Amino acid sequence: MPSPRYWREIPSRYRLEATRCGDCGHVSYPPRRICPECRSTAAETIELSHEGRVLTYTVVHVPPDDFLMEAPYALAVVETPEGARMMVQVADCDPASVETGMLVALEFRLIRREGKGGILCYGYKAVPAYPMGGEEEAELRSKELEVAHA
Amino acid sequence: MREVAIVAAGMTRFGELWGASLRDLFVEAAQEALTAAGTDHLDAIYVGNMSAGQFVGQEHLGPLMADHLGMAGVPSVRVESACASGGVALRTAFLEVACGVSDLVLAAGVEKMNDGADVTAILATASDQETEVYHGATFPGLYALIARAHMAAHGTTEEDLAWVSVKNHRHGALNERAQFQRELTTDQVLSSALVSEPLRLLHCSPVSDGAAAVLVCPLDQASKYTDHPVVIRGTAMATASLALTDRRDMAFLDSVAASGVRAFEMAGIGPEQVDVAEVHDCFSIAEICCIEALGLAPLGEGRHCARTGETALGGRIPVNTSGGLKSKGHPVGATGIAQAVELFEQLTGASGNRQVPGAEFGLAQNMGGTGASSVVHIFQAV
Amino acid sequence: MAGIAGYGAFIPRRRITTEEIARQWGKDPGTIQRGLLLKEKSVPGFDEDTITISVAAGRAALARAGVSPSRVGAVYIGSESHPYAVKPSGTVVAEALGIGPEVHVADFEFACKAGTEAMFVALALVESGRVDYALAVGADTSQGAPDDALEYSASAGGAAFLFGRDDPLVEVVDTISFTTDTPDFWRREGEFYPRHGGRFTGEPAYFKHVTEATTRILDKTGLKPEDFRFVVFHMPNGKFPLSVGKSLGFTREQIGPGWVVPTMGNTYSGSSPTGLAAVLDVADPDDLILITSFGSGAGSDSFVLRATGLLPQRRGLAPSVRSMLDGPRRYVTYGEYAKYREKIIVND
Repeated sequence: MPSPRYWREIPSRYRLEATRCGDCGHVSYPPRRICPECRSTAAETIELSHEGRVLTYTVVHVPPDDFLMEAPYALAVVETPEGARMMVQVADCDPASVETGMLVALEFRLIRREGKGGILCYGYKAVPAYPMGGEEEAELRSKELEVAHA
Repeated sequence: MREVAIVAAGMTRFGELWGASLRDLFVEAAQEALTAAGTDHLDAIYVGNMSAGQFVGQEHLGPLMADHLGMAGVPSVRVESACASGGVALRTAFLEVACGVSDLVLAAGVEKMNDGADVTAILATASDQETEVYHGATFPGLYALIARAHMAAHGTTEEDLAWVSVKNHRHGALNERAQFQRELTTDQVLSSALVSEPLRLLHCSPVSDGAAAVLVCPLDQASKYTDHPVVIRGTAMATASLALTDRRDMAFLDSVAASGVRAFEMAGIGPEQVDVAEVHDCFSIAEICCIEALGLAPLGEGRHCARTGETALGGRIPVNTSGGLKSKGHPVGATGIAQAVELFEQLTGASGNRQVPGAEFGLAQNMGGTGASSVVHIFQAV
Repeated sequence: MAGIAGYGAFIPRRRITTEEIARQWGKDPGTIQRGLLLKEKSVPGFDEDTITISVAAGRAALARAGVSPSRVGAVYIGSESHPYAVKPSGTVVAEALGIGPEVHVADFEFACKAGTEAMFVALALVESGRVDYALAVGADTSQGAPDDALEYSASAGGAAFLFGRDDPLVEVVDTISFTTDTPDFWRREGEFYPRHGGRFTGEPAYFKHVTEATTRILDKTGLKPEDFRFVVFHMPNGKFPLSVGKSLGFTREQIGPGWVVPTMGNTYSGSSPTGLAAVLDVADPDDLILITSFGSGAGSDSFVLRATGLLPQRRGLAPSVRSMLDGPRRYVTYGEYAKYREKIIVND
């Protein structure tokens, strides 16, 4: 990973910066210059929430070389309350426990290293949401997210 | 626009071909087509190839292949659309002939994957490097996500997926050019190693070397080269968002549907008139999604077709009589042309024990990445 | 009065038990557990390091403070396992938290007290008025050599403290640093594991500096052990903090809530800072708190703190240390532990 290519993506990878179309409201993550829905160039930068739900997932058993020691790992498409979708690993859980519809929190993690001497590349991973309040809190949060998606 | 025909075909075996280099493969397939047509002259060459630069460090394939074919000087260009590179090469050749600029064009595809490169990483360059591959997504991983979405939407099972592999191997066992010429059982598929859940090793097409070639010319000049041409009635291409996360519906391949609709419109026929089809089964789930998107099976019903025999030889709509990518092999850039070769043979009655009797219309659908590009051709027997 | 405007902590969710490590080396688990008073320790994944831990703890600190990241004028990360040997951890942490670009960033190193060191400097910067808010983090993912005593304790985790002048959750009454050159524990450039002087790390190192710093700050402030509700010491194992606390005249009740090492392990630069965070999770307004860290090499930083009425109001805005220690976690085998801690030689 050459440094410039990594560095340009820092706002979207470190702070979950996305763009919301000023005309149709579509949220693109990572940011886009042209709205994929209506082609407008009127974009507003927003920061996504650090939570979401799993839309679909897989467990990768045969990884690329860079991720050799980490397989098997769960990889999921997660949707945030703003309606943005991202592909992230699901960490800190048994991959077999990942389910479609699962609530997750997004945590800052080391995504990959460029070998022994190259740069370290950071980003977000999903972790199962462990609400501080317990079961009731989880229910409430789930309803809040449903309303946000509707 | 002139009517365009395929007048000759050539193809190497597909497989782990240690003794053959990238250029050897291309020349073998192209030369077979030229010999069959009885010509040693070309107006143009289109080389379909996804990633020779990464697999063997070789770019600039246009002039290289023209040169090694003994045709240095002929206009020759490589075209790329990931795994749809072959289909795009055929489409481009068609357009150059149809518009009147050229009278004999070679559309050939080639890929050399087994020379020791990191195949997983190279194939992943067909997906989104910044948002998918960065996070550890592999090609099988992305199709696994599609599979899971399809399972959630339509109740598709792992066994449904296994039947696609079984059916295609049954066809491939009859194809002497196929990489794998042995049949499989669903048990074998379902107990093969996990690659990315729910996809297992035997749900996935292999890593292959190979090349395929066809010659296209105006229909009214076809008799110079063959008594049995096949007309290209429709050609179409469509794209969709590259990243899976940007798709409208992760369980449906919009690019395949759009390219299908446009090709059918151009050809003036509908899906029900297709007698035989070659469809892009890079993973078993892909065949199911593609036949649904093309309208060869109703949405949600595609999962039954392999098991019931609808898409097998002898069924309602034989799909992948060549063995498909799964059994025949998938040298990426060559696949789109190999599909055309199979249909050329089917529509000229030359498919031997894989023949679909009386086939008049054939359809080839070739896809790039996780469905970010799709090319469809419709052929008609003359 | 300047003080802690927000605080946060993060402990990775994997654990390995003392028993599992002892079994690997043919040692009696009971003896180790009794000798070190350690039950289990946290294990970082491949995707966790000082930077990711600092971001999580820093985010919690900002949440409790209710302060916009743009007002933070300094970010200091103290660790002995910075991911890069050259390139600061602090720049990644600042960008991830939305701090800067007008911000002073520095990485600190002083074995296990790099965290409190960062706190000392952050406090002073805020007191001087040069910045409005300064973030100080102590975090580590340190290594213990195989079959060494430190393998039972070296763990991963950290805590962050946002210092500010107005309306702190915790006021800083005073601070003191006591430092000598004492080679009790070190790691040379390029070495994978640290080394130590065995029993030399006890009396002339840990006990001397912790005792000196604590005694001097009690003198300076005119306070006595019984004036404090809580005390936190650096925790290289379960025994040392109890021992030094007793010799200084503190009780088990005072030491208890901050004594997180038996199930967390020694998070090095995160050790006493995380203990402090655990105390802040339960302290009442006007409680006096004493924290004395220890870093090999050697030195101790001591702080006398007073909780304010704002603390109970704002601490619910981020997870507590106990929720991370007692909450969802996964136990790994020695083999998995060796894999995560890169003790296995792989083909490059």
